[in-house]
Amino acid sequence: MKTAEKTTYQLPIGPIHPALKEPVMFEFEVDGERIVNVNVRLGHVHRGVEWTGTQRNPIQILYLAERICGICSYCHPMAFSLAVERTAGIEVPERADYLRVIHGELERICSHILWAGVAAHEIGFDSVLFLTWQMREKALDLTEYLTGNRITKGITMIGGVRRDITPDMHPKIQETLQYYKEIFKKLQHVFLDDKTFQLRCKDCGVLSKEDAIKLCAVGPTARASGVKKDVRLDQGYFAYSDLDFDYITPDIYTGEVHGDVYDRIVVRLLEIQQSIGLIEQCLNQMPAGPIVSEPKPLKLLAKLKNVSGEGIGRLEAPRGEVFHYVKLSAQDAPYAWKVRAPTYNNILPWIPMLTNQQIADIPIVAASTDPCMSCTNRVTIVKNQDTSFLDKEELHRMSIQKTRRLQL
Amino acid sequence: MTQKERLTPEEIIQSIKDMFTTNIQDARIEKRTMGKKKTEFYHLWIRLDKTIFKEAVRHLQSLDPALHFAVASGYDLNDTIELVYSFSLYHGVRHQEISVNLTVALLKSDPTIETITDLIPGSLISEQEKQEMLGITVKNIPKNTRVFIADDFPKGVYPWRRDETGPKKLIRILHKVKS
Repeated sequence: MKTAEKTTYQLPIGPIHPALKEPVMFEFEVDGERIVNVNVRLGHVHRGVEWTGTQRNPIQILYLAERICGICSYCHPMAFSLAVERTAGIEVPERADYLRVIHGELERICSHILWAGVAAHEIGFDSVLFLTWQMREKALDLTEYLTGNRITKGITMIGGVRRDITPDMHPKIQETLQYYKEIFKKLQHVFLDDKTFQLRCKDCGVLSKEDAIKLCAVGPTARASGVKKDVRLDQGYFAYSDLDFDYITPDIYTGEVHGDVYDRIVVRLLEIQQSIGLIEQCLNQMPAGPIVSEPKPLKLLAKLKNVSGEGIGRLEAPRGEVFHYVKLSAQDAPYAWKVRAPTYNNILPWIPMLTNQQIADIPIVAASTDPCMSCTNRVTIVKNQDTSFLDKEELHRMSIQKTRRLQL
Repeated sequence: MTQKERLTPEEIIQSIKDMFTTNIQDARIEKRTMGKKKTEFYHLWIRLDKTIFKEAVRHLQSLDPALHFAVASGYDLNDTIELVYSFSLYHGVRHQEISVNLTVALLKSDPTIETITDLIPGSLISEQEKQEMLGITVKNIPKNTRVFIADDFPKGVYPWRRDETGPKKLIRILHKVKS
């Protein structure tokens, strides 16, 4: 008797992916509903930002770096600033170091809550998406109050920050922090206690600790797999070394580490709470003094124009370590600038996470690293020579159907 | 890893110098402080010959099996292409992490370097990027494809090069383009 030959199918997803905010290309090999292998291709929105930076002066680059990512619009210019400050030997005033922490942690709160909404949406809980994004508005309002803008904050300056936080601004900050303290229990209950969330996210998209280290994962993706890696603590920068806090890994809440999607939710939620505490500590401990080492931009540029050398800026963004390398060569523009966003390192970990998962789990597993690329919506299924299309709605519908099947 | 097992920045530099002697061209420790408490942190900068580059990475991994690779930066210096591989050792314990940057110069007449993906699989994307942006060859790279640049981007043009293979011809200055 002739035995049937077992075949697998190629399932290209992207370059426009339904679960992501920006384009990326996955090439899945699937056996029925099960993913056997994954290949990831990048670069669909490569804009040559690093090359452009070598045609700009360092202050102009701050505003270019701010536009690398809409959600990490503070982390990139700050990492660039750190690299330039270290290259040029610029000392940042102590007060500015505390102000820098406040803005960084506020950005983390915005980013993690935004991500929580996206995660809920991916498994079909759009009511939770609207709930979380409504909660995020408070943090955006505070960002606007402190910087003048909601997204591209324009707060960074080489050697400090551009705006102070005066005592009359503290009540508004405390009111917002109080709001987040009050809603935290609700967020925790919705995301961590809900049975359907648990069924969709536990043991799903697992990244082992060994793989996380081997593949150089960063941020909550690494910490959820039990890797204690957080630049704020490992090495420190700004005023983090003065503040009292610790690594967040999922065992703090659950008692153990699984490295699954659920653990990534746990880490991000606990980090919201941690950020609230860090902002409070900064408000209480912030010393008086100047907020920038050189308030005159032209004088600063004149100084930088005579600097030769290289430096790195490392900063723990909401999604993980942002890394900038800068080489100055006594010219208007840097000779070289390398930007490494956290998603760059969290791409390869997708492969073990997605292997052996079901197609319906792709959106939540892919979203669980909080990837940063931009998004539209197209999926192509190629079976032999025939091509059919699954659009965003269809893939999203499959994910919702899986949730519905689980509901008790 | 205990405090005793972790080397100081000076010991790391010394261990590399002892191991590779003449092939280390430069080594310096960048010491900085932060915050009100003036907590110290260190960035190490080591310039070495490409013949010992991979062994040096292996050595760093022997100092910390959880050695983290951040990224490889790179730039064109007329006759050479320089790569800066950025690592960090000893994460997981507060204020213990040390950044280590290994700089390697590749002659343009032989712009090749060994892959480190067999030691650190997470370095793949960074190596692919250096190939396509700087026109170097990473020997034994497990996936020799473009990663950021589109497949229809001209062959033989490398965006980070400053010589005739650079992107100059492809640049359009928008205000000079006639519609």
